[in-house]
Amino acid sequence: MPDVLKAPLVVEFPFTRSLGPVQSAFLTGLREQVVLGVRTRDGRTLVPPVEYDPVTSEELGELVEVAPTGTVTTWAWNHEPRRAQPLATPFAWVLVRLDGADTGLLHALDVPGGPGSVHTGMRVRIRWAAERSGAITDIACFEPYDPAEPTGPKGSHDGAGPELRPGAHRFGNPVTGIVAPARLDYTYSPGRAQSAYLHALAGRRVVGERCPSCRKVYVPPRGACPTCGVATSERVEVGPRGTVTTYCVVNIKATHTANLDIEVPYVYAHIALDGADLALHGRIGGIPYDQVRMGLRVEPVWPRDGGGHPDHYRPTGEPDADYETYKELL
Amino acid sequence: MSAPRPLRETAVVAFAQTDHRRTSDELSEVEMLMPVLHRVLAQTGLRTGDIDFTCSGSTDYLAGRAFSFTMALDGVGAWPPISESHVEMDGAWALYEAWTKLLTGDADTALVYAYGKSSPGSVRDVLTRQLDPYYVAPLWPDSVALAALQAQALIDAGDTDESALAAVASRSRAAATRNSHAQMRGPVPQGDYAVRPLRTGDCPPVGDGAAAVILAAGERARSLCERPAWIRGIDHRIEAHGLGVRDLTDSPSTRLAAERAGAFERPVDTAELHAPFTSQEVVLRGALRLDESVDVNPSGGALAANPVMAAGLIRIGEAADRIRRGDSDRALAHATSGPCLQQNLVAVLEGDPR
Amino acid sequence: MSKEPVAVVGIGQTKHVAARRDVSIAGLVREAAHRALADAELTWADIDAVVIGKAPDFFEGVMMPELYLADALGAVGKPMLRVHTAGSVGGSTALVATNLVAGRVHGTVLTLAYEKQSESNAMWGLSLPIPFQQPLLAGAGGFFAPHVRAYMRRSGAPDAVGSLVAYKDRRNALKNPYAHLHEHGITLEKVRASPMLWDPIRYSETCPSSDGACAMVLTDRAGAARSPRPPAWMHGGAMRSEPTLFAGKDFVSPQAGKDCAADVYRQAGVVDPRRDIDAVEMYVPFSWYEPMWLENLGFADEGEGWKLTESGVTELDGDLPVNMSGGVLSTNPIGASGMIRFAEAALQVRGQAGEHQVDGARRVLGHAYGGGSQFFSMWLVGTVPPSS
Repeated sequence: MPDVLKAPLVVEFPFTRSLGPVQSAFLTGLREQVVLGVRTRDGRTLVPPVEYDPVTSEELGELVEVAPTGTVTTWAWNHEPRRAQPLATPFAWVLVRLDGADTGLLHALDVPGGPGSVHTGMRVRIRWAAERSGAITDIACFEPYDPAEPTGPKGSHDGAGPELRPGAHRFGNPVTGIVAPARLDYTYSPGRAQSAYLHALAGRRVVGERCPSCRKVYVPPRGACPTCGVATSERVEVGPRGTVTTYCVVNIKATHTANLDIEVPYVYAHIALDGADLALHGRIGGIPYDQVRMGLRVEPVWPRDGGGHPDHYRPTGEPDADYETYKELL
Repeated sequence: MSAPRPLRETAVVAFAQTDHRRTSDELSEVEMLMPVLHRVLAQTGLRTGDIDFTCSGSTDYLAGRAFSFTMALDGVGAWPPISESHVEMDGAWALYEAWTKLLTGDADTALVYAYGKSSPGSVRDVLTRQLDPYYVAPLWPDSVALAALQAQALIDAGDTDESALAAVASRSRAAATRNSHAQMRGPVPQGDYAVRPLRTGDCPPVGDGAAAVILAAGERARSLCERPAWIRGIDHRIEAHGLGVRDLTDSPSTRLAAERAGAFERPVDTAELHAPFTSQEVVLRGALRLDESVDVNPSGGALAANPVMAAGLIRIGEAADRIRRGDSDRALAHATSGPCLQQNLVAVLEGDPR
Repeated sequence: MSKEPVAVVGIGQTKHVAARRDVSIAGLVREAAHRALADAELTWADIDAVVIGKAPDFFEGVMMPELYLADALGAVGKPMLRVHTAGSVGGSTALVATNLVAGRVHGTVLTLAYEKQSESNAMWGLSLPIPFQQPLLAGAGGFFAPHVRAYMRRSGAPDAVGSLVAYKDRRNALKNPYAHLHEHGITLEKVRASPMLWDPIRYSETCPSSDGACAMVLTDRAGAARSPRPPAWMHGGAMRSEPTLFAGKDFVSPQAGKDCAADVYRQAGVVDPRRDIDAVEMYVPFSWYEPMWLENLGFADEGEGWKLTESGVTELDGDLPVNMSGGVLSTNPIGASGMIRFAEAALQVRGQAGEHQVDGARRVLGHAYGGGSQFFSMWLVGTVPPSS
């Protein structure tokens, strides 16, 4: 039994997210070191300001300023921060009800004293990020706040209570979107059937599997016969030659990095290898693209350095297959 | 606005699951799932062609591949073409969709399946993608961290403490010694803090697995199974998304779903609760008013095996199995989705009176 | 046993565009939902349950977005489901919602489908770098173009048919204020002169990438009786799936499509689709799929579908108008496109389609498909309640 194949799969994209007006005001406010909440019809102030009332689902829009100081309503000590979390050193996750707000904001609390220094009810204040762009990370984290200490730089309030300035807030150059890059790492294992297929390809052999019930040979094999719903296991070597059943001529440059040296136009074909009961896909080379036709007989051209998927298929020189012989595979 | 009693009796008549394990690298998703489908069909003697409707639950994000569920369909043998649907949710909700299909009368039998491989990715981090994309997801608070916030809220409220949570963990895994499918069976050390106050023992195992259930209506159910597990009621409800607007010590959606499913009309003897974290069992017991007379998670629950996307369906299957075996007369099964029990489903199952 | 008849009493959609930069994801879906409620003259409180659908979560990078969207869609305290059946999802979502009403689980259900694919890009979402696969990727068009060529070979259709479909759908879109592409000054010559992307599919014959949402309010007889505007009644609805790839699969006219249509027609008492059905909204992402689906759905015999297109039968003023809204060729938020077909069919029988209304449309088919031509969902709606 060949070794289990595995390879990394990284799913990563810098998502560009446009904002609604309430979100835009809130994140712009953070950039300006102002914290805004939104008022509901029944007089609650929600921070962070959501677009729609969680109770009535009405659209919300009345913005009010709340203080950058608040109270921890629950916490959890994260001794081993994970990638992309707010701090690289151990910290507490917290829900903080900022002064003037009725709901909690989720963020990180930086406490040098460790978990023993954190408790529900403790007073904390925002530590602003040095560089702010209009994102939740403009709040670098929270830190403990002793009302007796002198007040900090611009934007902080003294312990006398929050200063609420109802009404909309207009900032110059409002933030209308955020970029939220996200990367997730996976280890992909193709499974038994596909692993066996890949091992055979490494030896320049195309090996499919036959369904014990309908007797069809599947290439590439998938471990299950999709029409019968039973496991396939009988290995059947197919090809190497096959017939082009249908194709298209591609005029757009392929986007995958492995394909950057493929010249356009190129032919992308369905190829039924001899002995297989369905077609697989591949590029046709070694023939002008406008001479490719249905019924063309082809054979694989393997990568120069060993096996793996054929680089492309080229004509064998045999006479074209009769339409009747492959029309079932269309 | 309240729903009238369903017009048709429906029941769980078969259930099968994988042996849930940490990894299943040697198997693709369909290779992992297919034996479960074969077993559940064999329990009833039905073939794919006898099934009127198929519905599955899974998520692309666990696999790291878009449309991942389309390949799993190969294990069903969808030929001739079948009436089939899919939810990007735990299989418990796929079962709910199948149940509604049976109620319409358009189907008398349904195959429901669910699977999830947590091993390819880091499920703790993958689940952060469920969170508010603007205000929360960019901070990447993992699923253990969020559960820990809820646990601390319970501790602050005096609803639990670390030793009570440890007792939930050890009870669950002790029960799992009788469950050959469970991943964690027998004593597991409570361990160090994962995210305090939760210790590693308070957290579910990470692993891969699949499950399948067959539903049938009325007389069809009786013909397929000696003692069907009748679904007397099933309902699900969702709460607001933001953790900061919710009372994390309670689960009003679970209570509401239970009410609508008729759970409080009579006591239950068994409850299978989908609580991947020990602290969540505390919340759910409260919302469901379960006292010491109820056998909670005799299967070991999600603390013993947590194949994400199948774990909720498995609660329904496990509760149904107990009824079908005669170990229970009236059971409750619960499934959850989202951070800190945001969305919850409750099913009430009963066996025929004896 | 009888099912509760299902009526569509509210329809809403957003103006579909390449990128909505003025709203969050919640704002986008909310807009469509709000319009559907307004059309029905109902409030959030009148909705018993919410069923949403969309295509792969990777497109927006939000996993299981129903969780984040609960507040925006008035779903707090209610049941909420999220359906995902690849490209047919918009249709399947509507059908799941109809089951809730037909089975008398709920009285009034909001159903919605959307895609905000500008948050990533659809090409990336459709081609995540899975290891060990053959690296050759030719895009979605490259997947379907060979089947188009197979159809042309099997039917003997003239090359020009594809461009006729694109020209028709883009002209129809000019009469639909919600459609994405409004190509003023479009001519058949421009369509034919467009570069060939995946021969035989030209750029002008492909669908755009759109952000958009579509919503409907479905209800029972009691709800329909209270409706301020005439409802559209569901006469039949069905879903069928077949495997993605299998030996003997007919990609040109998939069996699942035929079976799905047959089930809908049986429920609705349709004997001769060409005669009994007044118009069709079908999922045509590449022009040639119009003649292919006309055959698959039984409007034309095998090999003859292209003749309906060529002779003008499927024009807006033809005998069997197809894609009066401009179709997927003019608007394609992937997760929503199936529901837009269903909704446009309902708009027609309610007489609400404005400039792209088919006069006297009494029974209209909505069709969606997805995956590798494997998932199909369809419904037939009519002006009067179903007879059974």
